[in-house]
Amino acid sequence: MDFILDPWPWYVSGPLFALVMLSLTVFGKNFGMSSNLRTLCAIGGAGKWASFFKFDIKSQKWNLVVVLGAVIGGYLGSHFLQNQPDIAISASTVEALQQMGFQNPGASILPPELFSLDALAESKTWAILIIGGFLVGFGTRYAGGCTSGHAISGLSNLQVPSLVAVIGFFIGGLIMTHLILPQLF
Amino acid sequence: MKYLKFLSVGIFFGILLVKSEAVSWFRIFEMFRFESFHMYGIIGSAVALGAIGIALIKKFKLKDLSGQAIEIPSKAKNYTAAIIGGSIFGLGWALAGACPGPMYVLLGTGAVSIFVVIGAALLGTFVYGLLRDKLPH
Repeated sequence: MDFILDPWPWYVSGPLFALVMLSLTVFGKNFGMSSNLRTLCAIGGAGKWASFFKFDIKSQKWNLVVVLGAVIGGYLGSHFLQNQPDIAISASTVEALQQMGFQNPGASILPPELFSLDALAESKTWAILIIGGFLVGFGTRYAGGCTSGHAISGLSNLQVPSLVAVIGFFIGGLIMTHLILPQLF
Repeated sequence: MKYLKFLSVGIFFGILLVKSEAVSWFRIFEMFRFESFHMYGIIGSAVALGAIGIALIKKFKLKDLSGQAIEIPSKAKNYTAAIIGGSIFGLGWALAGACPGPMYVLLGTGAVSIFVVIGAALLGTFVYGLLRDKLPH
């Protein structure tokens, strides 16, 4: 059982992500998680404000079911299929995070400095989570996809716009990680 | 029952995101610092195998489960939107450490704060919908 309970190496995980994408393709759908944000906005009545949210919500129901499954999978994976919650990040990453003031980098899935309920006592945490989430939601729809829709589905289908989007992901990610995050911590 | 297969794929996807550690803020931070091959290996091997799979589906003109020819839509050639929107997404990805799949998975792991990220992502999508016609694409 250890091969299931230990973290899965990239050469196991990567092909399985391809399997997820190909399964949905064979089911007659497309792998793309960010579309669900648009669907959820539409369900919330966003169509009253913008025609972008006026579409057949029923046609996206299958994708919301995938989301529901992902929540259940997250629960099962973290509660029953994990030996320990440690994330085996490299020693140099640990060192960089310690210098930024993180206490035990990699000891849990998420840094408690950002995601624990105690951290929500600080307005800085709220600002980071809200701004981060907003940029993800805005950017992914503007770009027409996220890591699943562009990086995995799009690149697998040799789409040039997806390659441009992934280059964008890295421009933004590198600026945040190297220039902005060090100012915040 | 029609949706059972989608629920199964979703559950598998959620478990996979946990077990691959791709849901971890730490892994995203590490990736953007180029300090591990892990995330590059995941995305690279997923794309390599995915490309072979998609090419085979096209070559043999496979049909989906309902018997219809599989159509794999091309992405809109909105290069301006791809580079600007992509960069905005990248800023958020590296800050919150979660993209639109992992944020739901993290909810399942019990990370209550992720509700804030999801709520803000919905707001971001809504604001994009409002401004869409005014933005360069």
